[in-house]
Amino acid sequence: MAYSKKVIDHYENPRNVGSLDKDADDVGTGLVGAPECGDVMKLQLKISDDGMIEDAKFKTFGCGSAIASSSLATEWVKGKTIDEALEIRNTEIVEELALPPVKIHCSVLAEDAIKQAIEDYKRKREKKGGVQQEETAEA
Amino acid sequence: MATETATREDGTTEGSGRRRVYLDNNATTPCDPRVIEAMTPYFFEKFGNAASRNHEWGWEAEEGVEEARAQIAKAIGADSREIVFTSGATESDNLALLGTVEMYAEKGNHIITVPTEHKAVVDTAKYLESKGVEVTWLTPKPDGLIDLDELRAAVRDDTVLISIMAANNEIGVIQPLSEIAGIANEKGAVFHTDAAQAIGKIPFDVNELGVHLASISGHKVYGPKGIGALYIRRRRPRVRVAIQMHGGGHERGNRSGTLAVPLIVGFGKAVELAVLDLTNGEIDRVRALRDKLYRGLTSKLPESYVNGSMEHRLPGNLNVSFAFVEGESLLMGISDIAVSSGSACTSASLEPSYVLRALGIGDDLAHTSIRFGLGRFTTEADIDYTIDRLVDVVTRLRDLSPLWEMHQDGIDITKIEWQGH
Ligand SMILES: Cc1ncc(COP(=O)(O)O)c(C=O)c1O
Repeated sequence: MAYSKKVIDHYENPRNVGSLDKDADDVGTGLVGAPECGDVMKLQLKISDDGMIEDAKFKTFGCGSAIASSSLATEWVKGKTIDEALEIRNTEIVEELALPPVKIHCSVLAEDAIKQAIEDYKRKREKKGGVQQEETAEA
Repeated sequence: MATETATREDGTTEGSGRRRVYLDNNATTPCDPRVIEAMTPYFFEKFGNAASRNHEWGWEAEEGVEEARAQIAKAIGADSREIVFTSGATESDNLALLGTVEMYAEKGNHIITVPTEHKAVVDTAKYLESKGVEVTWLTPKPDGLIDLDELRAAVRDDTVLISIMAANNEIGVIQPLSEIAGIANEKGAVFHTDAAQAIGKIPFDVNELGVHLASISGHKVYGPKGIGALYIRRRRPRVRVAIQMHGGGHERGNRSGTLAVPLIVGFGKAVELAVLDLTNGEIDRVRALRDKLYRGLTSKLPESYVNGSMEHRLPGNLNVSFAFVEGESLLMGISDIAVSSGSACTSASLEPSYVLRALGIGDDLAHTSIRFGLGRFTTEADIDYTIDRLVDVVTRLRDLSPLWEMHQDGIDITKIEWQGH
């Protein structure tokens, strides 16, 4: 199978590889896929109080297209607001990387990873918010 | 030598700092130059139809065919009349299974095989199953070998055929052929073995082993593609298969169709050369290189697991799972080295290797498996290069792998609830 130039570029020079502290309040983590299916993506976003994505990191177990999809996703979400990031569609990833039909699931996974990371962040905020509210109620 | 890229005899290139290494000899092999040399006259000077009985062109072609038939027969301890040429091992497997079941329908309607067989056997057996034939699928042991007690218990009075391959194309595991033949002969069942991967790699004599039908292929033994043969035993006992290709009655009626004379001549030469490898030190050389590859990879890369028995294995085969690194991404990083992966992503279907699955190897590990197939043209420099490249790429991809990170953190990834697709 021939890979597109962009897939090869992301595979050879993946952007934003690494991990953020998953326990930090301002970090949302998305972990999608399954080892039995041959791909697992971990995408982490560091988000400011006003909802800006300040940093993004990924690690991926999967084929070249899965690596490229997640690498591209980190590039795209950086500097965006949460709402803007949620608008990223897998079809845009397919188009940018020229993924063949059998690799579309890689782009779906990347979209899911963004969503899950943001959900995780929101959950943490709610929890924190909830705790704060309780505290104020007590006071 | 000049710094220009030079193409070596086996098609690999050297020079310009770029090396190409072919380690996919279980998939196919290059034609040995001596094979090509033997074939060449049969395209133009001796182009006749081997079935033309009344002129020299026909006689020349027939002579070439009969010499090849004798070469192949001799190589496996058979009689020339027991060799039927086909288009390859796939056709031979089809002829063996379909032909036996049809021929012995009065005796019974039951066959026995193994899920780790080549698709040419597996899918033919499934087809027969869909037509009402009862198929017993044996469960291979975790090392890929069949359980002889299970086989013994599975054979019945109405069992017409046992089909078990000599050596597996993915994991190279060699089955206990003479023991299987003993069971088949005792119970009066026909024993077919797909020996496509075995010829020239392990001693294979049809009488010493006691097999009744054997499939072989040209392109696995440094011969041309599109040619193969089925050995059909004529004595003690005489075995017959029902015709699957009707027509002009070639090959004693067993397989009609104008004989592919150049391919047959090349096939004969290739098999003759291949069995010499057994005694001229070649297989020991290949085994030593394979063992070097095995030691190099497993000593330098933790969490790498060999799939299938190391003891009962083809000398040139190695199949390793590099845990936490997906196979296709690994192949992408070593595009200058030809190997295969059991990962789903490399095949049309979305499932990882059915052979590894049949051994009870989890899909997670199957996705990380790589098959190395060494051969006649593999050099020590090829192996040294391959070890270095693999260590590099696996290390790089593990740094990229969330599973490797979890593993390093002491997390058991089998305990996580994954949301698969
Ligand atoms: C064990 C085995 N059987 C059958 C085949 C099919 O052989 P052919 O390509 O000659 O049809 C192969 C090779 O692909 C093989 O390895």
